[in-house]
Amino acid sequence: MKIAVCIKRVPDTETRIKIAADGRSIDESGVKFVLNPYDEYAVEEALRRKEAAGSGEVVVIALGPDAAQETIRTALAMGADRGVLLQADARVLDPSVIARALVAELRDGGYDLVLFGKLAIDDYHHAVGPMVAELLRLPCVSAAARLELGDGKATAEREVEGGVEVVEFPLPAVLTADKGLNEPRYPALKGIMAAKKKPLEVKPVTLEAGGLEVLELALPPERKPGRILGEGPGAVPALIRALRTEAKVL
Amino acid sequence: MPFQGVDFYDTESLFAEDERAVRDTVRRWVDEAVIPIIGDHYVQGTFPLHLAPKMAELGLFGANLPEEYGCAGLNNVAYGLIMQELERGDSGVRSFASVQGALVMYPIYAFGSEEQKQRWLPRLAGGEAIGCFGLTEPDFGSNPGGMITTARETADGWVLNGAKMWITNGSTAQVAIIWAKTGALDDPQSIRGFIVPTDTKGFSAKDQKGKLSLRASDTSELVLQDVKVGRDALLPKSGGVKSPLMCLTQARYGIAWGAVGAAMACFAEAVSYAKTRVIFDRPIGGFQIQQARLADMLTEITKAQLLCVQLGRLKDRGSATPEQVSLAKRNNVDMATEVARETRRLLGANGILAEYQAMRHLANLESVYTYEGTHDIHTLVLGQAITGLDAFR
Ligand SMILES: Cc1cc2nc3c(=O)[nH]c(=O)nc-3n(C[C@H](O)[C@H](O)[C@H](O)COP(=O)(O)OP(=O)(O)OC[C@H]3O[C@@H](n4cnc5c(N)ncnc54)[C@H](O)[C@@H]3O)c2cc1C
Repeated sequence: MKIAVCIKRVPDTETRIKIAADGRSIDESGVKFVLNPYDEYAVEEALRRKEAAGSGEVVVIALGPDAAQETIRTALAMGADRGVLLQADARVLDPSVIARALVAELRDGGYDLVLFGKLAIDDYHHAVGPMVAELLRLPCVSAAARLELGDGKATAEREVEGGVEVVEFPLPAVLTADKGLNEPRYPALKGIMAAKKKPLEVKPVTLEAGGLEVLELALPPERKPGRILGEGPGAVPALIRALRTEAKVL
Repeated sequence: MPFQGVDFYDTESLFAEDERAVRDTVRRWVDEAVIPIIGDHYVQGTFPLHLAPKMAELGLFGANLPEEYGCAGLNNVAYGLIMQELERGDSGVRSFASVQGALVMYPIYAFGSEEQKQRWLPRLAGGEAIGCFGLTEPDFGSNPGGMITTARETADGWVLNGAKMWITNGSTAQVAIIWAKTGALDDPQSIRGFIVPTDTKGFSAKDQKGKLSLRASDTSELVLQDVKVGRDALLPKSGGVKSPLMCLTQARYGIAWGAVGAAMACFAEAVSYAKTRVIFDRPIGGFQIQQARLADMLTEITKAQLLCVQLGRLKDRGSATPEQVSLAKRNNVDMATEVARETRRLLGANGILAEYQAMRHLANLESVYTYEGTHDIHTLVLGQAITGLDAFR
């Protein structure tokens, strides 16, 4: 079983985002970066599949700046076998550009399964996984919450509005991981030490032009602090008045 | 929200990537596994022993010892960051790991035979055996050289007799490192270390009742009555009171970092409370008195952090002295106790509750202030280093 997991370096969810002077990118100074949380499910799933099979290889691939090596090493510390950094300094926001660069790396890799997180928490595109599948002409299951592998085929479950969708598909395939697919492991200390010795190949890539241009980034409006109008039933009239005249929601 | 740490001087840039990765793993685990349960254990007076297998799985025991014995093989800075995060949870959890790693695994590593290392270190690293360290006695605390526990050589081994007090993990342990005199009672050079399985006949442990500090930790009294052990129980390279003191230097190093963790936990609590508690129509953080409290805390934590990083780098270079470790233990524990106390006060009545952390840390740190060489004893260590004059006796 040879599995590729495509991972992304993203700002930590706790980070306060500042917009850079150009108005179209974020100011990365002082920002803590982490492995995209949805990609953690993908890495964990790959490791479990390899462990269950008793053999195989888990390769993590990231497209990003040199600093993304740290993100790759996080996945290596969890247990992945080797990493590939497709090194590109520009922060790419067009998912099709990313997908094409990944496909160039994945195409001749001989992977039985290519895993992604269902989305990256920084740009929320939900797009790279399905685009890669399309370009590779492979079946794609997005937002999988359960996976069962059989001989040459697999079954996955997706949590859809109000129910569960069960899909069967042939391998090789592309799958994007949803929360709940598994409980990702912590990188144990020995894993962190071992990761320093695992192969990590850095391949500079030249990105193709994309069809999408980011014009502007804006922060959500600052939320005003709440106000306590009173306590108990006596406060209800004041609350209704405020909801009508100030918030204008009634 | 995961813990953010305190970092006013960009200490982050002083850590290597793997050191940060180690810290973040432990930080996350402490957030998820320790913080939510520790208050209840503290009130009940129980050690959360269920945490031990996971601590072993993460590799937290003896993490700065080599990989060939099943340990993580980390440098001393990464090891220190582990202690920082554990004590941010609770001094009891850090104590458990300190004893296992620095006071049980380290002496076996430093003074044991190859056979003893092979036999014990992987089991201790894997948490299959828990250890304790028996040095202090009812009448010999700051002066362990005076101990009256004895080990007498027989035809096929040793017989140990004596009592040990205040022994962390004492009732939990499967194995005890016992320090005893093999020669005359007035000869501290005859002190040697022994690996004693706690199920050996004549060995008993009793929980110390009535603690108001380190409540989420097992502190016990050990009694050794004609405890017979084989020749292979002796740590062959141990010799003199210097040997247990070398172990204490290892543990104290971790404590210096641990204290920073406890202080960070309190500081974060103080800041959050100061910004949200509204009295006289504004957050108490808007009053100068509380700002002075917070400014002092941040200053002292920052100094202590920088002390730790440099001490760790010196230790990794092999040049850290016991006196440098004394300075850091003395300063940082005292600092953390002050931060905990000021946080407790800033929190007003809420500050006395187990629901908040400050008073638990404050009470814990009073033990940390006393064990591993009291604050006073480290003052004398530094005094001697400065003047060359011994003021101990
Ligand atoms: C929770 C807890 C856990 C512990 N765990 C362990 C353990 O796992 N293993 C172990 O072996 N021990 C352990 N200890 C024991 C600890 O190391 C001792 O308590 C410590 O060494 C002090 O000894 P003592 O309590 O007998 O105080 P004493 O030595 O009696 O000191 C009493 C007071 O006198 C002061 N003093 C002593 N000598 C001098 C001097 N020359 N000049 C000026 N002042 C002096 C001290 O600073 C202190 O204020 C633990 C203690 C506690 C509280």
